Amino acid sequence: MRHSTKLPLYITIATFLLAYALCIAQFPSMLSTRVVANLLTDNAFLGITAVGMTFVILSGGIDLSVGSVIAFTGVFLAVVLRDTSIHPLVAFVLALGITTLFGAVMGAIIHYLEMPPFIVTLAGMFLMRGLAYVLSTESVPIDHEFYDWLQSLYWKAPGGGRFRLIAGIMLLVFLGAMIVLHRTRFGRNVYALGGSAQTAQLMGVSCARSTIMIYAVSGGLAGLAGIVFSLYTSAGYSLAAVGTELDAIAAVVIGGTLLTGGSGFVAGTFFGIMIMGLIQTYIVFDGTLSSWWTKIVIGILLFTFIMLQKGLAWVTTGRIPRASASAAQS
Amino acid sequence: MPTDITPVLHATGISKFFPGVIALDDVELTLYPGEVHGLLGENGAGKSTLIKCLTGAYARDGGKIELDGVEISPRDPLSSQEAGIGTVYQEVNLLPNLSVAENLFLGRQPRRFGMIDQRRMVRDARTILSEYGLDIDPARLLSSYSIAVQQIVAIARAVELSGKVLILDEPTASLDRDEVQLMFSVIRRLTGRGLAVVFITHFLDQVQAICDRATILRNGCVVGTLKLAEASRTEIVTMMLGRQLEEVTSRADRGVPGDVLLSLEEFGRRGSIEPFSMEIREGEVVGLAGLLGSGRSETCNAVFGADPADRGEARLRGDPLRLSNPRAAIRHRFALCPEDRKTDGIVGDLSVRENIILSLQARQGWFRPLPRARIEEIAEHYVQALDIRLASLDTPIRLLSGGNQQKALLARWLATDPAFLILDEPTRGIDVGAHAEIIALIERLRADGMALLVASSEMEELVAYSTRVIVLRDRKQVGELRGDEISPAAIVRAIAAEEEEVA
Repeated sequence: MRHSTKLPLYITIATFLLAYALCIAQFPSMLSTRVVANLLTDNAFLGITAVGMTFVILSGGIDLSVGSVIAFTGVFLAVVLRDTSIHPLVAFVLALGITTLFGAVMGAIIHYLEMPPFIVTLAGMFLMRGLAYVLSTESVPIDHEFYDWLQSLYWKAPGGGRFRLIAGIMLLVFLGAMIVLHRTRFGRNVYALGGSAQTAQLMGVSCARSTIMIYAVSGGLAGLAGIVFSLYTSAGYSLAAVGTELDAIAAVVIGGTLLTGGSGFVAGTFFGIMIMGLIQTYIVFDGTLSSWWTKIVIGILLFTFIMLQKGLAWVTTGRIPRASASAAQS
Repeated sequence: MPTDITPVLHATGISKFFPGVIALDDVELTLYPGEVHGLLGENGAGKSTLIKCLTGAYARDGGKIELDGVEISPRDPLSSQEAGIGTVYQEVNLLPNLSVAENLFLGRQPRRFGMIDQRRMVRDARTILSEYGLDIDPARLLSSYSIAVQQIVAIARAVELSGKVLILDEPTASLDRDEVQLMFSVIRRLTGRGLAVVFITHFLDQVQAICDRATILRNGCVVGTLKLAEASRTEIVTMMLGRQLEEVTSRADRGVPGDVLLSLEEFGRRGSIEPFSMEIREGEVVGLAGLLGSGRSETCNAVFGADPADRGEARLRGDPLRLSNPRAAIRHRFALCPEDRKTDGIVGDLSVRENIILSLQARQGWFRPLPRARIEEIAEHYVQALDIRLASLDTPIRLLSGGNQQKALLARWLATDPAFLILDEPTRGIDVGAHAEIIALIERLRADGMALLVASSEMEELVAYSTRVIVLRDRKQVGELRGDEISPAAIVRAIAAEEEEVA
């Protein structure tokens, strides 16, 4: 148990269950499919973004551009649907293509120019936000029968909860990411890069290809999150989703993924998202608390999880001290 | 090794030049299938350069490498691995955050329907590792196993991917005795399968235990290749250290040492240096002799508190003393000039002046800066006294030659007016002129009543300045030479002395 990398994941899941149990103890009506369905729907775009962020952080990087990419995608879709007669599905493909390519270019810059991901994606963040402004500075409503149809799709669970399309998309993305990360060579290379890029290179991992793909995945998923966000809000606004990248990072860290890379699970990210959503739901139910309590609780949770990771790392490295100490000697 | 077998690897005329240095000069290496071939030599003899030329990490400047009779020209470690040459380094080059099985199969995981077949991967890994006598759970993380197991996993991966030649670069440096035996059994299994193994180590008894033949390098040249069954340890050591031993350096009168300054009782540190006892008097130079890895630096670091001893006691002029960290040592006017001045000593981008006053300032405390005039005076004084050649005191120290850097480093510690000066390899990598000056300086400091402990791999040098020489082998003190007993030949004899050997 001591060396299990799954321990942080279990702790996250336990935290979620405990938090949910506490919520139910106070507001028994929170135990309903309605609450669960809303939890999934309201956090769908954040969840999809966080999946991409999990890839990036697992590889030892960071992607600050995702919030802007969401805003750009929303405005792009809204403007395209307003000004042209392109079908939304084609617009979706276009948006995904642009954002994936954008991520890939950032990955290429990070790898070939040996730039820190922080700086490159920070530049990407400003660039995408700026492009969104160029398209429109105002909130552009989306009014299209295909959108209405997509929004009307849901599965009604017993108890009245409506599981909408976007919640389903998020769950599919999580499922897909789990398979990719654990069952494909690309996924294992993500972990390898996070362990040590130099060693991975020596072991024959193509760092260039993997890095480009990782940021392409993050960009593409941010684009998908943008589409989901536009379905959720029926509008595109260039000021939307400010700070989403930080929420996504928080969810990934609360989910037990090591910020230095190489260790973590996308399932943890899911529960990280759910914990954050749960706090908001609780505040809504309570009715007297201000919404900044969300931030405070998330801040405390983040601190706790970072401490926890540090502690775990300490325990695991403390176990084999002799070998490393004398290796440094000679 | 019968010579009519065709060699699996035959490298001839390998040369490598670095600016101003010939790192390898016309080196030849022949490996036969099924042999363990030792590669011996002191630091800087060219062992790692040779390995890097063979694996393609360095582009060689001349020579030819034939693998199974076919000439190869590896561009990087990956292509040499594909050709059949696998390498395992002292620091394990695997990913601790992945499972053992994944480390074995990274990049070539078995797949079913496009997905990695975890179960088969773990099963295959278990089969492979059992051939190495390892019965572990390959699904667990690599970091949950000891360094020795990780080494063997690294070897298994290298062998799986290459399969003709396996180069082991100091694989046993951080292993304990049982782990070394495990490693040896793995090596024997591999040679049984017809692999040629190159084994690099500083431990001579390990060489004699496992190697069939050995090639000895010195200053980038092959001194000789010998069958270990026919060679004595003295022969090997003499070949490694060179033949400059004949001339006997004139020995000045050493005078009479003063009072005991520092005495150590059963002083030692687990895994680093076996307990030893030692006395150092004022006006005395104690030399530490031994091959690389014999515990010279470890002794210096333990005495200075850099790697604090975990047993034994120290007395300074009769009073008990705790040497738990360098600051405590500095407070008692100890000073240590470390072996690797690039990483442990100089601050490359700071000026020579700043480098010289660094320790003095540190001892004073950072909030009581030395006056500018005083700094100038100290720096000027030592630049003159030690004849440090530089354009100006503002020159960044990294631009100085090795000898001048070393002198500046010495100046830094002399500025603190130490009572006890520890020098670890004070003449490593410096030219002949500076070499003589540093020896003269050591002599002068001794005459002034300072106590010195000097570790060095150069015999004549030790003979030239030591009042006593302590000989180390395999991290143990094995002998002490005094006065007229001290000669290069005697030191070599003491280093090589085999305990069971009947003289």
